[in-house]
Amino acid sequence: MSVGAYRPRRSVLNSEIVEAIDSSDEWIKERSGIHSRRIAGEDESVVSMSVAAAKSALERAGISAEQLGAVICATITYPFQTPSAATDIALQLGAPKVPAFDISAACAGFCYGVGIASDLVRAGTAEYVLLVGVEKLSDFTDPTDRGTAFIFADGAGAVIIGPSDTPGIGPMIWGSDATAREAIMMEPSWVDLRDPDSIGWPDIKMQGQTVFRWAVYQMAPVALEALAAAGITADQLDAFIPHQANERIIDAMAKAMHLPESVAIARDIRTSGNTSAASIPLAMDALYQEGAIKSGDTALLIGFGAGLVYAAQVVQLP
Amino acid sequence: MALTQNEVLAGIREIVEEVAGVDPATIEMGKSFTDDLDVDSLSMVEVVVAAEERFGIKIPDDEVTKMATVGDAVNFIVSAAS
Repeated sequence: MSVGAYRPRRSVLNSEIVEAIDSSDEWIKERSGIHSRRIAGEDESVVSMSVAAAKSALERAGISAEQLGAVICATITYPFQTPSAATDIALQLGAPKVPAFDISAACAGFCYGVGIASDLVRAGTAEYVLLVGVEKLSDFTDPTDRGTAFIFADGAGAVIIGPSDTPGIGPMIWGSDATAREAIMMEPSWVDLRDPDSIGWPDIKMQGQTVFRWAVYQMAPVALEALAAAGITADQLDAFIPHQANERIIDAMAKAMHLPESVAIARDIRTSGNTSAASIPLAMDALYQEGAIKSGDTALLIGFGAGLVYAAQVVQLP
Repeated sequence: MALTQNEVLAGIREIVEEVAGVDPATIEMGKSFTDDLDVDSLSMVEVVVAAEERFGIKIPDDEVTKMATVGDAVNFIVSAAS
């Protein structure tokens, strides 16, 4: 029904982070397509960014927070084990009685959420669902890690999903490859932090080549499966909005899927970095701002990440 | 089916040219993928996947990290395909 976005105020150029990882602007651009990323300040929390994005989505949908039937937050960087980020988001929006919960599906979190919200609405469990994808990955990234420091970033995106006479969300193709859990992982655990000899603050570590291979060669077929499940072919697509993991992955997936040139491809990664669960709604918002997509267009979404987990679906854009 | 070193090298030349736009004439057994041919770690994954398909073999991730030179890749593929 609508999308809203919040991008942290501070944009950080590659030149500002290269020293800590002994790298260069050119090296980062070549390997990831990233020119700059948004990094949240102390006053920009997981919840405050979510609330800003949610307010924008609610306003565009023309509904009030009291009308929500559920608040779902997809995140892996809310720094409290409990209660959930979603309950605080609902409270801050002035809807403290609304059912609210978080989902932990990393970079696939937004697409998992779209599938769950769609099913809640179809079943009549909720009329309107607020889904937020948000991350403050800068809190869990080692600035000296050459594999992740230039990739991860912060931001929030929100959508309102509600009833429609014509279904706007196609079947979700989803799954896991739990044998590769270690490919992207936070270490050490919270409990390990009690040990005074702990190896330090929990950061997200990633096996870049393993993830790249999985993303490109396993996810392109999943994306095509989502198209087939929706009963359309690639030439009927207006936009391809994959998780903004790395521009090289986006390019390689588009190539593997033989997407026609008429399809707009989201490349928000260039100025937003990889914002995990927030990247798809942020990229969607950017495509609207660029005038590359319009309401009613058909878009293919696919999220994939730590778990490893993935989900894809075709949607009619709000 | 056994493959000769020359057959595999010819295949690798075509793949590296396709993936990374490297002039095939410069691709020799002793050349380093990263230092001489400017094939970075992500392009290397694309080369490996293309090689697996072409030669009908599997190249595990830990073998990929050991493939510093074109010769390392060719020799691994020749032995894996034999």
